Amino acid sequence: MYRYSEFDKAFLAERNAQFRAQVERRIDGSLTEDEFKPLRLMNGLYLQLHAYMLRVAIPYGTLSSDQMRQLALLAEKWDKGYGHFTTRQNIQYNWPKLRDVPDMLDALAEVGLHAIQTSGNTIRNVTADHFAGAAADEVADPRPYAELLRQWSTDHPEFQFMPRKFKIAITGSENDRAVIKAHDIGLQLVERDGVLGARVIVGGGLGRTPMIGKELSEFVAFDDLLAYLEATVSVWNQIGRRDNKYKARIKITVHEHGIDAIRAKVNERFLKVRPQFKGADMALLDEIKGHFAPPAFRDGSVAAFEGAYSNDPVFRSWVDTNIAPHKKADHAIVTISIKKHGHTPGDATAEQMQVMADLAQEFAYDELRISHEQNVILPHVHKADLPAIHAKLKEHGLATANIGLISDIIACPGMDYCALATARSIPVAEQIATRFDELKLEHDIGHLKIKISGCINACGHHHVGHIGILGLDRAGVENYQITLGGDGTETAAIGERAGPGFSYDEIVPAIERLIYAYLDLRSDADETFLQTYRRLGMAPFKAALYPEAQANAA
Amino acid sequence: MARAFTPKVVTANDLLDGDVIYLTEDDRWSRDLAEAELITDEAHAQVRLLDAERQAAKIVGAYLADAVAGEHGPEPTHFREDFRRTGPSNYAHGKQESSPQPRV
Repeated sequence: MYRYSEFDKAFLAERNAQFRAQVERRIDGSLTEDEFKPLRLMNGLYLQLHAYMLRVAIPYGTLSSDQMRQLALLAEKWDKGYGHFTTRQNIQYNWPKLRDVPDMLDALAEVGLHAIQTSGNTIRNVTADHFAGAAADEVADPRPYAELLRQWSTDHPEFQFMPRKFKIAITGSENDRAVIKAHDIGLQLVERDGVLGARVIVGGGLGRTPMIGKELSEFVAFDDLLAYLEATVSVWNQIGRRDNKYKARIKITVHEHGIDAIRAKVNERFLKVRPQFKGADMALLDEIKGHFAPPAFRDGSVAAFEGAYSNDPVFRSWVDTNIAPHKKADHAIVTISIKKHGHTPGDATAEQMQVMADLAQEFAYDELRISHEQNVILPHVHKADLPAIHAKLKEHGLATANIGLISDIIACPGMDYCALATARSIPVAEQIATRFDELKLEHDIGHLKIKISGCINACGHHHVGHIGILGLDRAGVENYQITLGGDGTETAAIGERAGPGFSYDEIVPAIERLIYAYLDLRSDADETFLQTYRRLGMAPFKAALYPEAQANAA
Repeated sequence: MARAFTPKVVTANDLLDGDVIYLTEDDRWSRDLAEAELITDEAHAQVRLLDAERQAAKIVGAYLADAVAGEHGPEPTHFREDFRRTGPSNYAHGKQESSPQPRV
């Protein structure tokens, strides 16, 4: 875990004091809203449909138990007793009062957390593989580099007034759990001839113009990576479009100029930027790496785990879905589902946050992670402790065994909260989860990712859902479009639109028809929805979605 | 031909707590859409919007929202305004906590 230095603490204290003064000046009338808005956005404060919303960064998704407890405290003291984990490793509070926000930021600073650059046209919170440092399949832990990027991008003078926002994701594994191909820059750590570096992907993004990122460089050594990234952002900052906010992201720049032209410009800029990096960044990276040293993993028998696994079917089901392999064979990675059937995806109560913090402290070397899929992870757990963890989770509504299944849905806040939304997302997610739980089909259906966005901006990642749902406003009525075949992993793909949209009342039955079609069509129980779709294409699913069209054509 | 003017209310968010508010005929800001001034004249609507925008130290983001006359006062015509006058649908938070505002 990164521990703040005196410099970090002083920087954050000063920044929070500045914002406190800005809030006071807004309230006493010295600042207009036009003047105040960019200032509050730089500090993560939005005004949404019903209230302000404070978006707090959870850099690269990593939290200590103290930090999680503080997030719970904020929920309890200044909000309505819960927080919402987002698709970019942030937590959002939906009901803060303007006067309280400076106190909330000071409380966050006490545990080394902040809301800086969680909004605005800046480099946003750097996200990472939520299994970083624990996954059996990684080349290296990406978080030290992510922390270096956080420090580099925070208040970077060149990058405060960019054409648009800029998002960076980083993974240390070939198996992409960080959706790097849907980010402005995606980094995959790779090793070449014993030298650690990164493959650099650029120009991915979702929103109204979804694009899969393209390879800018197959390998940049760590020594050069920061200069190379600075060169890349700098090229876009210069030639990115400022005439139209919908054409301003780097994905459009890459699309319009072509990846080869962008690469040439980046290389040219890199030669100018590189001499400015004299090794201080590498010295800092070395120091940061020390903060992320793996914990002293405990030894011990796993007999208690094996016994519970054989004897307790509820525990077994949870282990089968929510546990991933750890780099140490007697340890496991636990994903705590924040997707209880019928509940809001990603919402945790203050009490649940405290329980997860306690579990992390007692059993998981004091570490927690937040995933872009809106779940919480205990990255390092000795298998012998799994039964006790499961029992505790069960008491607090946190033991849902559904990771990677149909009810493990990503959903943006949608029209229930968001000022930009064109339709609701949350109730659609709740109803799909409830319906398939009633049908007792969830485990039979197997691996399936449904992702729901309440507007074209695609915070719910619908383009990369195996089944994507996009909520729109059609003539004053909520309407939901379905896309199929999206994929957010290393085999990334943008989903294809199935046809006309469905009304709010029709969307859940439409999904049900789609799933029954898949169950009929799959070659065997091991063929996933995505595999079946890739084998057969759109036609049979379209027929299931639009039976009337089929009947009329016949 | 210009589109015919449809009735409006002036709405905004309260500066301090962000809650949805509506401009009343007697120049108050009410939390209740039913108390809003329903404006049927386009020129008057622009004047009332200017009246609202002048109160920058109290409110944020004033705009004209479509509404229709109902039994107890103005009612929303679009689901977005229905959410704004009520609260989210996943929890009974927001306005529906203090004063029941049934969705139409």
